[in-house]
Amino acid sequence: MNMPFYVSPEQLMKDRADFARKGIARGRSVVVLAYAGGIAFATENPSRALHKISEIYDRIGFAAVGKYNEFENLRVAGVRYADMRGYSYDRSDVTARGLANAYAQTLGTVFITESKPLEVEIVVAEVGARPADDQIYRLTYDGTVADEHGFVVMGGQAEQLGRKVKEGWREDLSLGEALRLAVAALGSGEGGTPRTIEATQLEVAVLERDRPRRAFRRLTGQVLADLLADGGSPAADAPPAGDARPVPEGGPPEPSTGTPDDQPTDGPDDRPADGSTDEPDEGPGDSGTSGGTSH
Amino acid sequence: MNLNADRTAGRLPDAFLRPGSSSFVDFLAEHAPDRLPGNRAVPAGTTDPAALSPHATTIVAVTFEGGVLLAGDRRATAGPMIASRSIEKVFPADEYSAVGIAGSAGIGLELVRLFQLELEHYEKIEGSLLSLTGKANRLATMLRGNLSMAMQGLAVVPLFAGYDLDKGVGRIFSYDATGGRYEEHEHHGVGSGSLFARGALKKLWRRGMDGDEAVRVAVEALYDAADDDSATGGPDTVRGIFPVVALVTADGYRRVGDDEVARAAKEIVAQRRERGSLA
Repeated sequence: MNMPFYVSPEQLMKDRADFARKGIARGRSVVVLAYAGGIAFATENPSRALHKISEIYDRIGFAAVGKYNEFENLRVAGVRYADMRGYSYDRSDVTARGLANAYAQTLGTVFITESKPLEVEIVVAEVGARPADDQIYRLTYDGTVADEHGFVVMGGQAEQLGRKVKEGWREDLSLGEALRLAVAALGSGEGGTPRTIEATQLEVAVLERDRPRRAFRRLTGQVLADLLADGGSPAADAPPAGDARPVPEGGPPEPSTGTPDDQPTDGPDDRPADGSTDEPDEGPGDSGTSGGTSH
Repeated sequence: MNLNADRTAGRLPDAFLRPGSSSFVDFLAEHAPDRLPGNRAVPAGTTDPAALSPHATTIVAVTFEGGVLLAGDRRATAGPMIASRSIEKVFPADEYSAVGIAGSAGIGLELVRLFQLELEHYEKIEGSLLSLTGKANRLATMLRGNLSMAMQGLAVVPLFAGYDLDKGVGRIFSYDATGGRYEEHEHHGVGSGSLFARGALKKLWRRGMDGDEAVRVAVEALYDAADDDSATGGPDTVRGIFPVVALVTADGYRRVGDDEVARAAKEIVAQRRERGSLA
């Protein structure tokens, strides 16, 4: 007969939180920040096929860090939730708030009831008609929801990167400025020596306020390189003339460069194999730095 | 039991988190089958089901150099009455394809909404577009689900046209109410006025037309359909209601402006008057 050891609830919760936090800190960071024309997402991700950033609905985007299989599952569930709701009611009835609540309940339930918490951290963002209507929700592994203003950095050395973004962030950044700030922050992570990240190593997408229906657009190739190349010329911020055609609104259909099986090492869940970069302990829900008040 | 129900309240249902197909219709069939348009039982009764919903009429498709055009008149009928003068029956299915419906309007519109969602859902989940043939096949599957209703008289006959990004040409697919899918070449028409429209298309269509010529050809074919079929509406210059005309090319879906269609319609009317038009 097996007698289970007694573990106090405090200890149990703490162990689970530590476990999840360590997993999340091992991945690479994602930066989400508002700019004058919408909301931008950026992360370092060499894979063209395994996304950490994606479209959920017309005005709603999704970004995640942590274990790929776990957040991919949540992403698909979110798309199903949104499409189901839009089909049952109306497209305008699908909101980031509703989705964030559903995610929070799901994460919270798994944290308490399953044998292992989900090692993910998620941002659900919705671009509004005016900048004041933009919504950015950050959800952590235990189901905590934070309503963020301005920007969020999560995963990896989130705290350090968050400070960097905080220094440069203003409400009226242009898209080029916002992306340069995000990429500079992403490159400032390891060891303190800033490094330059090539456009091909980045996964970048925006929710553009002025797009008619589906606001989500991936930025790749030359468009992205032009935006990142300093210059600061306002022309770089506007879509170039060649891009004026109505691209499939979920972003241009990219020829996928491989299946998950082809790229065992370069997936978004790109943790160092040794897993030696444990983050210092923080309270639950504090593993990242946010731009403002949490509600 | 209660505790469990409380714990799971508000969370995403298990079905949402289950790995599965990229198809929204398949997901719906599994999770909420009652919401699929074809799954409602139609009791055999004394009412004629066909009279329950207005009837949408003529749709034509025309290929041209570098794309395909889909156009539909604006009339819906209920028996001998005009149910709507301004109904729209041609829609973008996604960025590179368009779908038009003839037949039972209520079910047709719902089918289009679900089809649009199906393509968008796939695109979001997979991160890539379905092939054009793949889209055409999805539509066939959805129609098959509507078979029992079609047999009661609530048939929907869509016409699907799109730009094939792999082959670089516009293609047309027609369907029957059982979900049979047939690829058409050069041009095609469905609906009550299609007999006359197809006759006109045969005389007007030629290889190598550009988009503007295709608009003219399609508007003229619909004009001929409206001339002889009471259920097809002609250009309404009094109210300013003109056929919906959409072009699908490598640049995506574009609805042709009403002014452009009105101009084509006026030219056709002027030409007919000049030729002599008593018959």
